[in-house]
Amino acid sequence: MNIQPVLLWSDVCIWLLVLAGIGAGWWSRRQPPLAAAWKRVGQSRPGMAAATILLAFVLVGLLDSLHYREQLPGKAGEKASYSVEVLSALDRLLLPLRTRVEKTYSEPLATRAYAKEMMEVRQADGSLRTMRDYPRLKFGGATLGADEARVDADIAGRAIRAVLLAAVVWLGLCLVVVRRLACADGVPLKQAWQALWCGETAFAWNAVLIAFGALMLVAALLLGLATEYHVFGTDKVGQDVLYQVLKSIRTALVIGLVTTLVTLPLAVFLGIIAGYFRGWIDDLIQYIYTTLNSIPGVLLIAAAVLMMQVVIDTHPQWFATAAERADLRLLALCFILGLTSWTGLARLLRGEALKLRELEYIQAAQAFGVSDLRIISRHLLPNLMHIVIIALVMDFSGLVLAEAVLSYVGIGVDPSMISFGTMINNARMELGREPVVWWSLVAAFAFMFVLVLAANLLADAVRDAFDPRMA
Amino acid sequence: MLAYILRRLLYAIPILIGVNLITFALFFIVNTPDDMARMQLGVKRVTPEAIQKWKAERGYDKPLFWNGAAEGAGPVTQTIFFEKSARMFAGDFGRAEDGRDISREIVARMGPSLAIALPTFLLGLFVTVSFALLLAFFRATALDFWGVVLCVAMMSISGLFYIIGGQFLFAKIFRLVPISGYGGGLDAARFLILPVLIGVIAGIGSSTRWYRTIFLEEMGKDYVRTARAKGLTETAVMFGHVLRNALIPILTGVVVVIPLLFMGSLLTESFFGIPGLGSYTIDAINAQDFAVVRAMVFIGSVLYIVGLILTDISYTLVDPRIRFDR
Repeated sequence: MNIQPVLLWSDVCIWLLVLAGIGAGWWSRRQPPLAAAWKRVGQSRPGMAAATILLAFVLVGLLDSLHYREQLPGKAGEKASYSVEVLSALDRLLLPLRTRVEKTYSEPLATRAYAKEMMEVRQADGSLRTMRDYPRLKFGGATLGADEARVDADIAGRAIRAVLLAAVVWLGLCLVVVRRLACADGVPLKQAWQALWCGETAFAWNAVLIAFGALMLVAALLLGLATEYHVFGTDKVGQDVLYQVLKSIRTALVIGLVTTLVTLPLAVFLGIIAGYFRGWIDDLIQYIYTTLNSIPGVLLIAAAVLMMQVVIDTHPQWFATAAERADLRLLALCFILGLTSWTGLARLLRGEALKLRELEYIQAAQAFGVSDLRIISRHLLPNLMHIVIIALVMDFSGLVLAEAVLSYVGIGVDPSMISFGTMINNARMELGREPVVWWSLVAAFAFMFVLVLAANLLADAVRDAFDPRMA
Repeated sequence: MLAYILRRLLYAIPILIGVNLITFALFFIVNTPDDMARMQLGVKRVTPEAIQKWKAERGYDKPLFWNGAAEGAGPVTQTIFFEKSARMFAGDFGRAEDGRDISREIVARMGPSLAIALPTFLLGLFVTVSFALLLAFFRATALDFWGVVLCVAMMSISGLFYIIGGQFLFAKIFRLVPISGYGGGLDAARFLILPVLIGVIAGIGSSTRWYRTIFLEEMGKDYVRTARAKGLTETAVMFGHVLRNALIPILTGVVVVIPLLFMGSLLTESFFGIPGLGSYTIDAINAQDFAVVRAMVFIGSVLYIVGLILTDISYTLVDPRIRFDR
């Protein structure tokens, strides 16, 4: 099948960030203080467990950032035409989840729908009778056929197989790690194994392996059951909730990461020049950020997003597909969030730059006639790096949480874009139903909780490692 | 002191002008009034006459900054900037889309907002400070460790979850309180208990952790060592010395939000159907009522600046070492 790759603007930003991350990692390996700090992060067990989980989220997000359009079937010799629907590599992998759409709500792992319906049932004598019953799901537990009583045994069997598979893979990985450790230290395997689990390794391998084991377990269970059942149920239009949750991850990551593309240059540049040059530049920059800061964040975002909506609605000709429009709206939201959130970091950097510029080594550089630009880039910036890194990881979780709130208020991402916020927004009336439809809400909150908790734990580890006051 | 306060008040004026210019730019220059009219009227009925009528009804048909057609002071005053933006300084916010006077609406809605925000703030402060003090007192024990774990977990939960979950649990399952609504007088308490409780719980995680670090920082100082060396009990040190001194950064840190309590909370108010300023703002956002959003942005920044000034004053009151000679 022919495909046409599509590069959405947010994909560009995401992959740029990945490249920048790799570049920064490579660069900081050669900076002894930064390398030492990263090493301390590597020793933090909660931090490394959190990093493992975050990596899984990032992987899902990256898979979801490779977009393409499928070629529509056409006659030979005709010019190829492509579907307007923009899909991603993740959509391709989750094809069964995406396409197996039920009629409406169904409970997790259910074989029948959530509400009764009138339907015709063929009796034993061959006559048709209309009765009210829970209709059978089209896809949930379809292989069972008429033998529905077997559902529990089937689920248990699949779960056990999944757990066994996960355990085998996990043990294999443990052995690989232990072998490498044993070879590196020149000790027998058994000793390396013991050292690993007693936490005697410098890098927090035990935390990584435990987190990876938990991850494997959950992933194997979800995927093992998802081929046949709706693990988290289906929503109002019958869409699989697991699919939505996985799609939400990318939106959350884009909000949390791309925003820093806006925050960082503004905060670093303005904060440092305000602290370094002082005088009227300082006054001006202070005035700008006090003014921006004095508008309550949500209201400024609301005002800016409302205005952005007007721009988007009055210029429909800018967007070829609905996905492009939603994507640009997402980026605009990141941009707005960035514009409103750089002030805190700028103030921190200004204060630190004010302090550093009075130190002898900077004064010596000035006395030697080193240019201001060079002083800033060679002497100030490396010594402010830890503040920037700490601020980056600390902001991430706040931004992910903010997305949900903003989407609830109606000033978040495009309603057609799947995100934790839109999922919660769509599901919030469902708790009022009888019986209660709880699964979308619980799934969205649970995944968001894991993501934010992991981000918070990693942020703590990074802060402890980089903050000189802690050491 | 008086001179200092006066100077701070004067300093607030350019900031308010800046806020005013930003909102003006956002609402009238990024999008022209024509765009807003087209958006509000919908796609089908957009005739030039309809747009003209819409603009005239709201006074958006004037020039932005300079009205060359007017006489006397008219070129300046009969403009969108003067009528919609500059007049906000006098407390005149114009009318909402439903024709009601925004200033009057704001005054009426301040009460319910405060009725939720003030108890949440006070109770929350008390609970978090006590909890943080407890953790600091039992520092480096299992209680401290699991307390911090609890805090990190609690701050990783979305605020929406606290509201949705709390409402579901206490109002729907246990039927202890009404799901939403608001009543006057003492009756209001029935409606307020749950939102206040949820507000307090939602704030525990991050504030407790923050106060705990303040306490621990304070406990590392020399005067604490001296107090212990004198032979004071740990309890006396904690309450007599550490708490009193740690309250300075805590209190001055929270003073800035006190004026903002008037604004209410967007989420809580809209979930619980409380007719305060928070739900007013949300309704305005959903209805794309630009006049109301503009007014709320302006009021919000005024209150924030008041908070900043109060913070500076409270510093001088609680900490005699700080002087304001410059």
